[in-house]
Amino acid sequence: MLEELTISITFYLIAAIAVVSALGVIVLRDIFKAALCLVLLFMSVAGVYMMLHADFLAIIQILIYVGAISVLIIVAVMLTRDVRQGFPLSKIKYPAVIVALLLICLIGYGLINTAFALSTKLPLDETIKPIGKQLFSEGGYLLTVEMAAVLLLSAILGAIAIIREK
Amino acid sequence: MLTVGLIHYLILSGVLFSIGFCGVLTQRNVIRIIMCLEIMLNAVNISLIAFSRYIVPEMLTGQIFAIFVMVVAAAEVAVGIAIIFSIYRNRESVDIENFNILKW
Repeated sequence: MLEELTISITFYLIAAIAVVSALGVIVLRDIFKAALCLVLLFMSVAGVYMMLHADFLAIIQILIYVGAISVLIIVAVMLTRDVRQGFPLSKIKYPAVIVALLLICLIGYGLINTAFALSTKLPLDETIKPIGKQLFSEGGYLLTVEMAAVLLLSAILGAIAIIREK
Repeated sequence: MLTVGLIHYLILSGVLFSIGFCGVLTQRNVIRIIMCLEIMLNAVNISLIAFSRYIVPEMLTGQIFAIFVMVVAAAEVAVGIAIIFSIYRNRESVDIENFNILKW
């Protein structure tokens, strides 16, 4: 009982941090602060992965999102000059907010009225070994891994080709 | 209500997705739009991993799918920011209203 209470308190705390920092990304005028809010959001999502027993995914989340993607975004913020004063919102802001609220209501309605086939089995204790086995074994996801490698290589080459001075 | 289950994670994921969606539609700074895209991708990852945890806890299918979502997100950010820089060099702006080079 006490353990369950601790788990729910942790979940609500992490969820509150995630939602507040996500709102900060779209509300704060200073885009640098928004980028820092995004880092906080990535960290709290890593916490959510921990709570879902996905330890490998939590590490990968911190390595890729907190370590690499947020650095890229912050560099982009610093290299573009006229971003500091902030822009007015786009012309469709009121319809966009209404559509987003409708989307939340629709998702909630769908979730409440769906009976998921929940499993009662306990999750695996550590996931690194099984994930590695599934990714690289015969009949696993080996082809997809190789396609991901090609995708990353072409993304790197594409980024260099686009950004090079003529 | 007190016990955290699949529904809680899915609602958190839905709320984050809607915030990101709202941001993509309302913001005019392209870098901020890319940030909101990242929020949406993270929300989808949360729901994938929650489904994997509560419906097939021993197969890890959702976690592997989430890894590939992260690969695609990393590639998308790299190419997206390169495109933003190269347009910024021509237009001296990151306002989405000025990104109308492809407009016919």
